[in-house]
Amino acid sequence: MTPHWEHFEHQADIGVRGYGNSIEQAFEQAALAMMAIMTDISLINAQQKVNISCADHDPALLLTDWLNALIFEIATHKLLFCEFDVAISDGQLTATARGETIDVAKHQPAVEIKGATFTELAVKQVNDQWMAQCVVDV
Amino acid sequence: MDINRLEKVSAYQWRIEATQGMHVPAIIYASEELIRDMDDKVYDQVTNVARLPGIINASYAMPDAHWGYGFPIGGVAAFDADQGGVISAGGVGFDISCGVRTLHTGLTAEQVMQHQQQIANVLYKNIPVGVGSTGTLHLNKKEMDAMLTGGARWAVNRGLGNNDDLQYIEEHGCMPDAMPEQISEHARERQKNEMGTLGSGNHYLEVQQVTKIYDADIARDYGIKLNDIKISIHCGSRGLGHQIGTDYLKAMLLSAKDHGIKLPDRELACAPIHSAMGQRYLGAMRGAINCALANREIITHLTRQSMKNIFPDIELDLLFDVSHNTCKLERHAVKGEMKSLYVHRKGATRAYGPGHSSLPAKFYNTGQPVLIGGTMGTASYILSGTETSMHEAFGSACHGAGRHMSRRQASRLWNGSSVMHQLADKGIMIRSPSMRGIAEEAPGAYKDISAVVNAADHAGLAHRVARLEPLICIKG
Repeated sequence: MTPHWEHFEHQADIGVRGYGNSIEQAFEQAALAMMAIMTDISLINAQQKVNISCADHDPALLLTDWLNALIFEIATHKLLFCEFDVAISDGQLTATARGETIDVAKHQPAVEIKGATFTELAVKQVNDQWMAQCVVDV
Repeated sequence: MDINRLEKVSAYQWRIEATQGMHVPAIIYASEELIRDMDDKVYDQVTNVARLPGIINASYAMPDAHWGYGFPIGGVAAFDADQGGVISAGGVGFDISCGVRTLHTGLTAEQVMQHQQQIANVLYKNIPVGVGSTGTLHLNKKEMDAMLTGGARWAVNRGLGNNDDLQYIEEHGCMPDAMPEQISEHARERQKNEMGTLGSGNHYLEVQQVTKIYDADIARDYGIKLNDIKISIHCGSRGLGHQIGTDYLKAMLLSAKDHGIKLPDRELACAPIHSAMGQRYLGAMRGAINCALANREIITHLTRQSMKNIFPDIELDLLFDVSHNTCKLERHAVKGEMKSLYVHRKGATRAYGPGHSSLPAKFYNTGQPVLIGGTMGTASYILSGTETSMHEAFGSACHGAGRHMSRRQASRLWNGSSVMHQLADKGIMIRSPSMRGIAEEAPGAYKDISAVVNAADHAGLAHRVARLEPLICIKG
């Protein structure tokens, strides 16, 4: 299976869902889904690199921590990301996120993301695939 | 929502009896049509809130209720700390104290239309708006702490607002008992460059024309006449509030077990008010309320400066400022006895009726102005708090139209520039950094606000006073 992402409906906000062959890939795809809320991710160049780490033994809470860590980087460094490389070991997530500074004219960012929520939060293995999802507040 | 699951109390009030672990019933204020349009999740969420410890009277949903996080957006619930009552970060939401304020301008519609482009441009230039925008004010730790405890009062003392505004802001512009020390470094970092920014999404600044008066007497007391021009600002506590929501949602989820609280939904993460966690959140949230009040005061200051460029003698007096996402300690009558309750309003406006001691003298006989925001092409409304509203949902009313379709659906249906042109044809000038943002916020993506306001009026939650329609909209 090729890792991929999708959005799912929430009346006021948006659900992000990533699929992968591993939990790490599912997390990377969920992050791409989140970036796609803000802009067309094909418009983002991988010019800068940011290291991110967070930890939780509950994989679902690790997903919200991961997305919230990205939201913090986006908000404080005015960055947009298009590439992620996630490693998870014993509840510890370490990752690199690549992207560039927000260029309003180029990226036309639609909305800032306030936080990843526990709504529809799930990280699970279905057959050989991993799926990671939650609703994000915009 | 399946209307057959509800017991009809009146045409605008529906009830769900307390069953299956609910401590109190749930009450939804809406017309049959609005109920049918509501997501089933509102039913789940309004009944889940009724399962939280220490809830008093009922779990309420306003006419604009929609699927939120734990609490429905448009949810109201009050808790008694002495009966094991809780405070919930999800019950306040991420955008703490997001709200609306409306300013008088003294301008006529002709004056605005003559200078429409100039006004739109100067406001758009001077008020930071949209994703990634920053303010000119950068706060060090000491100033951040002063802002978090001082609210709009701090802004006024910094020369970024008018002293006369304070009496027309809830809590007189300053929420007491904030605890800046309970606000994380992350939250402070997110706010450092965001003071005086409008944000994105459904936040806006609008120049509006009063197009209908429903109650001439109250309108006169509020200083509203037909065809008046007002300016309304909708925004909240920016990155600071968002991060406090994130921080405490998780902290409360982890602490719930220690407090013996069984959560019907993780998003309902909460803590007893009489607990260290509950008190920490309360102190942090109050700081975020002050941040939102300061932010709206600074944006008002920027608006005044901008408008003076075009109309040198203009005075923009504040009509009122309301907050939507809060938990406040208030005194309410419960079964004939006055009690101190922690009232959560998640996407709901306080609507104190006439005679409430916290109201400024000017509104003592009318009840507080209840400002209901529309979006770009749709109208906004000004209502007044009523005596009935005090007995219904602890003096609360709806806060806006609420979305009826998701952002994704909206961006599939519309594109930004055509929405802008359609609105221009109706005489509404839009300024926004993002065409995609405009598409997602297209007026058609929202419920019919007049139906929501009508339901609030008929349910007795608030009384309709005036309707305003936009002429200029600065949109994140």
